[in-house]
Amino acid sequence: MQINKNIAISDSGFIFNPSSGDSFSTNQVGLEIIRLLKENKNKEELISEIVQLFSIDESTLEKDLGDFFLMLQSYQLLNEND
Amino acid sequence: MTKRKITVAVSGLNNIDSPGPGIPVIRALKESEFFDIRIIGLSYENLEPGLYMRDLVDKSYSIPLPSSGTASLLERLKYINEMEGIDVIIPNFDAELHSFIKLATALKRDFNIETFLPTQEQFESRHKSVLYEFGEENGVKVPYSKMIFSANEIYSLKTDFTYPLVIKGKYYDASIAATPEQAVNYFHKISAKWGLPIIVQEFVSGNEVNVTAIGDGKGNCIGAVPMRKLYITDKGKAWAGVSLDDENLIEITNRVIGNSKWKGGCELEFIKSKEGEYYLLEMNPRFPAWVYLAKGCGQNHPEALVKMALGEDVKPFDSYDVGKLFVRYSFDQIVDLKDFEKISTLGEL
Repeated sequence: MQINKNIAISDSGFIFNPSSGDSFSTNQVGLEIIRLLKENKNKEELISEIVQLFSIDESTLEKDLGDFFLMLQSYQLLNEND
Repeated sequence: MTKRKITVAVSGLNNIDSPGPGIPVIRALKESEFFDIRIIGLSYENLEPGLYMRDLVDKSYSIPLPSSGTASLLERLKYINEMEGIDVIIPNFDAELHSFIKLATALKRDFNIETFLPTQEQFESRHKSVLYEFGEENGVKVPYSKMIFSANEIYSLKTDFTYPLVIKGKYYDASIAATPEQAVNYFHKISAKWGLPIIVQEFVSGNEVNVTAIGDGKGNCIGAVPMRKLYITDKGKAWAGVSLDDENLIEITNRVIGNSKWKGGCELEFIKSKEGEYYLLEMNPRFPAWVYLAKGCGQNHPEALVKMALGEDVKPFDSYDVGKLFVRYSFDQIVDLKDFEKISTLGEL
């Protein structure tokens, strides 16, 4: 999974899609997930880092992550290439 | 750098809730890097807000409505030119363009006034009633459309169209009809305002994206900036919008402007379907009211138009800022009764 390459993301969690003109905002967890996706981390690496950073249990994260990815896809921010 | 002093006459001063492009064009011209421009406003009504924007419009004159014919318009322009010495005229209303295109040769020959307008053939070729054919000629998808002259024809449309469909006026206005009854209702509403024919168009769902562009008349697209509306008024006008990074849209615009050898400013209105396909909904034969966004993004289209009108060589813009927004606002001007009296009685201000 990859974040579309031209998506602009600021440190405050503001996301701008220059192809569609849509803008969104996300919290620190979302921002960290997007940062890791931009670094081309796979799902397992991503889960491992987020669990450590935000003291969250793995099964809850996995479920929430599925919802978050679906949301990113529906907003055309995510390219699923695997 | 010393700026060349010129005088440019501009119409479309109706900076209202459904704004004309005049004031944005004037703002872009006033910020020209090459010209020091005296602006002459051309108005059709005495309450067009631009008449009273003295920081932007140096002098204004009322001109006859297009329905009065080209002879009276030419006579009026002759008088205005004697007073002001006009170098270039930029008309900004669809409904007046026909008259100005017709008068372009006479304006140049008799008064040395330049214009930079599409030819009559180009103007007609992108008309809503023949847009489908225009799309085929220029390799761009256009929703299927048909002209109708009577509300009775709506009931026989079911062989060509499914509902919802779009009912459009020949110059302005469009409504989405979900049933034949709604279509008849919109037919009467829009034809009462803009006359016949009415254009019936296939409805395509997706996001509306628009491009403001300018062609040199030789097949070159001099500039193009795509925009998505972010805030839309109840009249369907953009109250806020953002410039987009969309190579496909720029490529389609280059193709349309190039193939048609479009001369002058224009606005291309597209729907981008969920599948990522672009459908041309309209091509307006003049700058849009949001053209100042192009200036804000680094492409001053009105300035480029003036340069080309004056015979200067203009190189195509090769970039623009993505993610720039425009946000419109309304503003109450306080106007002295004497000013209103002047434009109402003398036809100039």
